[in-house]
Amino acid sequence: MRASEWEIVGFTFWMAVIATVVILPFGVALAWFLARKSWRGKAIVETFVALPLVMPPVATGLILLKLLGRKGPIGGFLHAHFDFDIVFTWRAVVAAMAVMSFPLLVRGARIAFEGVNPRFEQVAATLGASPLRVFLTVTFPLAIRGIIAGSVLAFARALGEFGATILVAGNIPGKTTTLSVSIYSDIQLGHDTDASRLLAVSVVLAFAAVWISEWLFKRSAPSA
Amino acid sequence: MMRTRALLFFLAPASCIPSVRAEQIQVFAAASLTDALTEIAPAYEAASGEKLRFNFGASSALARQIQEGAPADLFISADEAKMDSLQKAGMILDDTRQSLLSNALVVVVEAGSPLKLDSAQALVQPAVKRIALADTKGVPAGVYAKQYLEKIGVWETVKDRVVPTENVRAALAAVEAGNAEAGIVYKTDAAISKAVKIACEVPAGEGPDISYPFAVAKESGNPEAARKFLEYLKSEAALAIFRKYGFIIRQ
Repeated sequence: MRASEWEIVGFTFWMAVIATVVILPFGVALAWFLARKSWRGKAIVETFVALPLVMPPVATGLILLKLLGRKGPIGGFLHAHFDFDIVFTWRAVVAAMAVMSFPLLVRGARIAFEGVNPRFEQVAATLGASPLRVFLTVTFPLAIRGIIAGSVLAFARALGEFGATILVAGNIPGKTTTLSVSIYSDIQLGHDTDASRLLAVSVVLAFAAVWISEWLFKRSAPSA
Repeated sequence: MMRTRALLFFLAPASCIPSVRAEQIQVFAAASLTDALTEIAPAYEAASGEKLRFNFGASSALARQIQEGAPADLFISADEAKMDSLQKAGMILDDTRQSLLSNALVVVVEAGSPLKLDSAQALVQPAVKRIALADTKGVPAGVYAKQYLEKIGVWETVKDRVVPTENVRAALAAVEAGNAEAGIVYKTDAAISKAVKIACEVPAGEGPDISYPFAVAKESGNPEAARKFLEYLKSEAALAIFRKYGFIIRQ
């Protein structure tokens, strides 16, 4: 492995970490609402959340490009008022990863919350705990393993993100090139040996992430 | 009509699995040729009864696909290097290889851009934060652009602002969308877009020698038809269309 390849691996790793951290509070909050509350139109929210999981990643990327580009409603606003660009920067890498892995996090966390026996929460409430305290001292600790497992899965998905990333972040060496994009462009240019080295790294990373996630899911099941 | 046809695609699975039929000519061509070839096609199809199918993309990507056995009959590259690599690999019919067209590089900015770039040297100004180029590691348009920027001594200054794209049309699109302040594309690409304007053209003789080699693929299932189409591309009718889009006909 060359230094530049380690750089790509490190960059992809940290971008995936940031994306996972960014979606964590929103994903957990939404998962809790989906697990514990019902309201009109809940099915629509559920469907919307699942969309990036089933839509062609490139289509999701196109939506992001339209929203975040300099002529888009979000990107245009940020560019005009703060001289802040998203598209073709590392922020676009994070945005693509975040959107694509969000459904996985929500699914994992929701299953974890649904696995928490509501009786524990009711007991805590009758003993005078506020809803926030119930969540922080009862629900969340019981669901934590499932939430971590979901996060690891989301992280693994982020690591491999390609379709949306190539559209919104492009392939700028040292700035936006991720592991998957690099493999793709190596193959396009006929650099197969470079691609195989990166392939090996992605297999190892993916294996580790799924393995950890499975292990956590299994451990979390009986405690619920 | 549209609806019945759409319905057919779902009801008759066999009708939508592409078959390699003898009367189809698969043309793998550099992205910059998209509009010219698409315009040339109908007249040839009507006259010959053959059906043309185009696969447009970066010449580097197309060469790669052909190397891996993609069913190409005719390959048109935007630089000699990609054709050389296929010839070395024995993937083309050597006697059919010829370079018919040339092109020029231009610097483009968005149509409403206030930037003044009267030469490519002006790309060094800090207001040009991002420069869209086809990937300089192998896509011909990017390779040419890099060569020229190196020649005029600004590459080191601007290389960190370069946004490499998949092919030359993607570089054009990045400027059109306002996501890069400037780009270097072929003159022929700039001409088809209303959303960009040409800031300056690389003077003929100063830029790299842009050359489009054509050749029939060795594994073509239909080499005779491919040869005939290649001949047609040299006819006055076809050359007139190439000229219309701004291509330079090589003597």
